[in-house]
Amino acid sequence: MTADRDSSQENGGGSGLPSGAGETHGVGRTNRDDEPNQTGMSRRGFLKTVGLGTAAVATVAGTSAPAAEPAVAITPEEMAKITLVVNDRQRRLLVEPRWSLLFVLREKLGLNAAKEGCERGECGACTVLIDEQPRYACLTLAVEAEGHRITTLEGLMQGEELGDVQHAFAEHDGLQCGFCTPGQIVAAEGLLRANAAVTLDEIRTGLSGNLCRCGAYPNIFRAVEHAAQRRQTGGKS
Amino acid sequence: MACRNTTYHRPQSIAEACQIAGEYGIRGRFLAGGTELLIDLDSGRDRADQLISLRDVPDLCEIRIEAGELRIGALATLSAIATAPDVVRALPALREAILTMGGQQIRNRATIGGNFCRAVPCADTPPLCIAAGARLEIVGATGARTLPAADFFVGPRQTVLDRSEILTEIRIPVPPAHSGASYQRFSLRHGMAVAVAAVAAVLQLDGDEITSARVVLSAVAPVPLLVGECTDLLVGRKPVPDLFAEAGTIAAAAAQPITDLRGSAEFRRELLAVLTPRALNEAAARAKGEAA
Repeated sequence: MTADRDSSQENGGGSGLPSGAGETHGVGRTNRDDEPNQTGMSRRGFLKTVGLGTAAVATVAGTSAPAAEPAVAITPEEMAKITLVVNDRQRRLLVEPRWSLLFVLREKLGLNAAKEGCERGECGACTVLIDEQPRYACLTLAVEAEGHRITTLEGLMQGEELGDVQHAFAEHDGLQCGFCTPGQIVAAEGLLRANAAVTLDEIRTGLSGNLCRCGAYPNIFRAVEHAAQRRQTGGKS
Repeated sequence: MACRNTTYHRPQSIAEACQIAGEYGIRGRFLAGGTELLIDLDSGRDRADQLISLRDVPDLCEIRIEAGELRIGALATLSAIATAPDVVRALPALREAILTMGGQQIRNRATIGGNFCRAVPCADTPPLCIAAGARLEIVGATGARTLPAADFFVGPRQTVLDRSEILTEIRIPVPPAHSGASYQRFSLRHGMAVAVAAVAAVLQLDGDEITSARVVLSAVAPVPLLVGECTDLLVGRKPVPDLFAEAGTIAAAAAQPITDLRGSAEFRRELLAVLTPRALNEAAARAKGEAA
């Protein structure tokens, strides 16, 4: 249920984009992307941009960088201009080098399905697909994610319809409080994309990087088993 | 959030990466998968303010068999190694060792080079590589060198690398016919738990005689421990369970375990007495072509 609510919030009408998303420039050019852009760049974002410009000039002048190497170096005071491909849309952003992908997804792109749990790669609530493989967004620096395909739970929706793994979780009650659910579903999605013919044991070990404090594991595993069966028989997308 | 006040470098070549690292010395860290480094920087266990990303450095992810060696690029992810056909064919025990590590999210991100260079005593990839006679290719600001994997570790979280040096490749001789390997590990859970103790064993047989044997222990000493006494005991003998049990006793005595929250030193020695024969039995069965 929570997964459902989260996704519809973020997918519906771009309401999830926070005001701070002045640093977001949509390239895909939908109305949703343009909105925050037009409402104006935040003062902070503007200052950061100017700051970066100054640094760039300094580098050209050869005063700050150790050498005129092609290596990129971003100091803590600077922001880097990067493009992330999230759910098949290009997002241009200014990011600090220390920002995790999770922080950028949630706070800059308004994609709140991936959750901040342990922030140290143990609980799995932040799981996203990077190049089709489930990975922890909390342990991925946003700058490092540049050039890779990122898929969040929101990207598993088929328009306003739930994806097949989401469906299976709803059918089998694969959740109680729902906090871990987006991570569980994305991890399961990655598992099934790699191999839809998974055994129950493979599902168990495959989801070992996702904790559920409510202990909904039996239903989670049943849901993934069911989704796997459907994929193998071509029952649903 | 991780790494406050950190400058992020993205060199485009090994030479450039070495140069940057050499320039910043102790303040710099190479960033590969980041699954340990970012946590350690965040928690303050490790301190550095220059992150040197290796993501754009070319040719560090390759996995291939060449000149009788299984060559694994240091930036190959654990998942990539575990699923590489060359690894599955030549050294299935390495795949098994890797599949004990973390969960899929960690294995999809963490690299074998990172597992070596962070040099945690309970790391799971070095023991088998050492037992299989791996050599490490290292490149630094002043040149390149090759080193037996057994000589790489100095202490907990310490290696022989100087600050400008990068581990670029792990080269494991393709195990010859009639040889077998095994990795046996005990942890408090099946997934997402580090080893309390682990044993890697590689055996070669000639008929009914052991011609070469290497036993390496993990998580029971400051560094992965190659037990020479086990080799002395095993070579020239018949591969029988009694002999392997004796090797277990020797391994337990050779270890230098500590007591921590995962287990006492005594418990770790007990584990070695069980895991060592288990590893040797499986390695022998594989050498005879009996087991998968």
